[in-house]
Amino acid sequence: MSDSITVFNRAVVRLRRDRAAPALEKCAFLFKEAAERLADRLDDVKRRFPAALDLGCHGGQLGRRLNGRGGVETLVQCDLSLEMARRAGNLCLAADEEFLPFAPQSFDLILSCLSLHWVNDLPGALVQARRALKADGLFLASMLGGETLKELRQVLAEAEISLDGGLSPRISPFADVKDAGDLLQRAGFALPVADSDAVTVLYADPLELMADLRAMGESNAVIENRKGLTRRRTMTQALDDYQQTFATDDGRVTATFQVIYLTGWVAQV
Amino acid sequence: MNERKVDSRLLEILVCPLTKGPLRYDEKAQELISEQAQLAYPIRDGIPIMLVDEARNLDG
Repeated sequence: MSDSITVFNRAVVRLRRDRAAPALEKCAFLFKEAAERLADRLDDVKRRFPAALDLGCHGGQLGRRLNGRGGVETLVQCDLSLEMARRAGNLCLAADEEFLPFAPQSFDLILSCLSLHWVNDLPGALVQARRALKADGLFLASMLGGETLKELRQVLAEAEISLDGGLSPRISPFADVKDAGDLLQRAGFALPVADSDAVTVLYADPLELMADLRAMGESNAVIENRKGLTRRRTMTQALDDYQQTFATDDGRVTATFQVIYLTGWVAQV
Repeated sequence: MNERKVDSRLLEILVCPLTKGPLRYDEKAQELISEQAQLAYPIRDGIPIMLVDEARNLDG
């Protein structure tokens, strides 16, 4: 990963989220599953966190599953997309993970569920998050990792090399677990831990996967993707390959999402 | 318009995202003003929009 190069077009990320917001709760299996797993991890921590922030809250999917877990009494929810944030809770606002608008030591806990993989300056975002935490505060986040959509990456790369004679970034680059752990440490968190698990989702066919990515506001926002859309025959071949290579016995296809968990504490001063 | 008021608990913790400096709440205009950055962040329907792209420039 690089921390000085702008990879993602944040205006595109915001627009995608704005568009996805109204129907997110209906379709977002991945977000609900990830939110549930993150809340479970909070249950494992034997401490209470009265003032909490949900950073990149989407439409409140994590907040609804928290419901007072972790001893949270006040939950502030922010998202880059106003359309997402307004669907979250009473204490919502629009904010950019790269430019956090919170005073130092505002929170006991900062949670973030599947948003940080769209941030260009992840080290900067983590430093700002640490500063917004009180002493002995906890940062607990999940983000998509480098194994995400490995099936789609493979078939797209093969189709592009054979038909277009080259590759362009069709799927966002993600951090891996080691990067994530290093970044937590560099951001000054104590007891930094990064680990991951996989969420495997079954789709009727590859087209349903593509539709689901759009519906979640998770389609590609890489700036280098300026050659425009993937050509139709390239996409057709890739999706045919996908069906043949990754079909299960009942004809559905699998898609893997790697979820990286970041945990770090703010040391007592 | 703007019947929903911004929650005072938010006003207590919000700072300018650019300068991290204090904000002045202009209730009439429904804006949060950063004197240091010369920017006014809008509040819509009680929701602060703390995005530099959406802020009104006080210089111009």
